[in-house]
Amino acid sequence: MEHVIVPRSTYYTIFAVLVVMTGVTTGVAFFDLGLANPVIALSIAVFKASLVVLFFMHLKYRSRLTWVVAGAAVFWLGILLVLILSDYTTRGWAWF
Amino acid sequence: MDTLAFPRTHYLNAEYGLKSWLLTTDHKRIGLLFLGAISLFFILGGIFAGLIRLELLTPPGDLVSDDTYNKLFTMHGIVMVFMFLIPSIPAVMGNFFVPIMIGARDLAFPRLNLLSWYIFMTGGLFTLYAIVTGGVDTGWTFYTPFSTLSSHSNVMTAAIGIFIIGFSSILTGLNFIVTIHTMRAPGMTWFRMPLFLWAMYATSLINVLATPVLAITIFAVALERALHMGIFDPAYGGDPVLFQHLFWFYSHPAVYIMILPAMGVVSEVIAAFSRKSIFGYKFVAFSSLAIAVFGFLVWGHHMFVAGMSVYGAMIFSVLSFLVAVPSAVKVFNWTATLYKGSISYQTPMLYALGFIGLFTIGGLTGLFLASLGVDVHVTDTYFVVAHFHYIMVGGAIMGYLGGLHYWWPKMTGRMYPDMWGRVAAVVTFLGFNLTFFPQFVLGYMGMPRRYHAYPPEFQALNVLSTAGASIMGIGYLIPAIYLLWSLKYGAIAGNNPWGAKGLEWEIPSPPPTFNFDKTPVVTEPAYAYETREK
Ligand SMILES: [Cu+2]
Repeated sequence: MEHVIVPRSTYYTIFAVLVVMTGVTTGVAFFDLGLANPVIALSIAVFKASLVVLFFMHLKYRSRLTWVVAGAAVFWLGILLVLILSDYTTRGWAWF
Repeated sequence: MDTLAFPRTHYLNAEYGLKSWLLTTDHKRIGLLFLGAISLFFILGGIFAGLIRLELLTPPGDLVSDDTYNKLFTMHGIVMVFMFLIPSIPAVMGNFFVPIMIGARDLAFPRLNLLSWYIFMTGGLFTLYAIVTGGVDTGWTFYTPFSTLSSHSNVMTAAIGIFIIGFSSILTGLNFIVTIHTMRAPGMTWFRMPLFLWAMYATSLINVLATPVLAITIFAVALERALHMGIFDPAYGGDPVLFQHLFWFYSHPAVYIMILPAMGVVSEVIAAFSRKSIFGYKFVAFSSLAIAVFGFLVWGHHMFVAGMSVYGAMIFSVLSFLVAVPSAVKVFNWTATLYKGSISYQTPMLYALGFIGLFTIGGLTGLFLASLGVDVHVTDTYFVVAHFHYIMVGGAIMGYLGGLHYWWPKMTGRMYPDMWGRVAAVVTFLGFNLTFFPQFVLGYMGMPRRYHAYPPEFQALNVLSTAGASIMGIGYLIPAIYLLWSLKYGAIAGNNPWGAKGLEWEIPSPPPTFNFDKTPVVTEPAYAYETREK
């Protein structure tokens, strides 16, 4: 397995970004933006998770097969969310 | 060259002493460690089942109290599902035979493999502790809000046990996936792999993709119970149906964790005892993967009356019908394999044929339950109980016993008396049908599941069912006796007692510690029975 040496500065940068984004998430929570609140919070969370997976978990430097495995996991999460939402989004619909 | 001599050194006598077992990294010994553990859990789950059937012998709730009865069926379900069925074939026969069948010396991560046994035992003991100190009464499904709000039994201890056990399946699954990808012997291409390996691969995918969701769900229950976080409880802004979504996202695929390995065993046994290659090999191989994938799209069929949207229910109903297609592909192809085969009815074959019949009944009644209208009528009745026991006992356990009888000579180097084996297979089959067929009728007539008392008009069928259960119990007791007997007194098996194809039959029984003296080279497809006999 190929071993890429990642400079320490990269890790520190990513860590700083994660801390800042946590601050942003907390800050936004103080404003009532309606539906935008969860959308913003979740977008930031996805962004942060991607950074962790790409850099701290080294996905960025790995082979295509590793990307397939990681992609499959995300795809499966998609199945879970889409089919659950097929229930929640249609509960109010009238029958007929 | 099949000489019927017992090999002088093999994996069982390479080392002696408790330490050589508890610290082993030999996949075969770890398989036996799992065999010992799950056999004990099977006995425990069987005792709970026996008490349930005894209570249901008479209409009034006279043997145990209603609370005790709730605990009995809960613990029967938890022990049988999480501590026996899910590990059964993968952890015992998968561990033992995946490396051998691909021509490898061990799994990719031998120490991780040992760790998964310790994790399993830790989780198992946790759950056992929950049982001994008062039990759980939520049903094996842990439905909220009862499990988070009202139940005063050991919900969290049992749930933590299951949480821990889950990591054992994830690690085993991971180990098999990596092993099958990276450690196949020269010439062992994907499409030369025995179908048991395809089944193990598909099962491992499910283990790795679904089990984390169960862990998260249990964790969410814990958060809600301990910190009153609003996830499932409407009082805190949660939704109880969300629990069912998350739970069944794992637990429907979990049915395939139980049945796919059994299907893999049946493919091996049908080929070996009809001396033919499996009809439509590639279709059977891909149907395992198709079942693994489709299995994730159908969970909502458990929730049709739980308050989910009608449109959501329609989608899940249609998708549930889809999963019948790859299952039917397998049944038809096994049947086509038998056609003009030279069939011999030895013990493993009787279990395999029993599997096909019982699984077909279980699968077809599953289609009744996937239909929205019929499901409303039979939800939470004995019809459902009968259906999933046809899959999980008639299917998975018949497959497990078939595999155990097929590979026992390889694992131990000894034969069991085939006559007694056949008697046990037939007794189990008859006892099973007598136990569970009446439950279809009971359910259709409206007897609900999970009650310790019932109206007198249901008694005759319940007596039949209890009688069947005792016959089935004898059917399980007989192999326990002769298999143990065979360890000391059984005839020496030799390398290949069945005259079967496959790398596992080319090495001594029991195999040496590292399986192969030199790496085998594979030159023919799996089940090349026809070519040899020409
Ligand atoms: Cu299901």
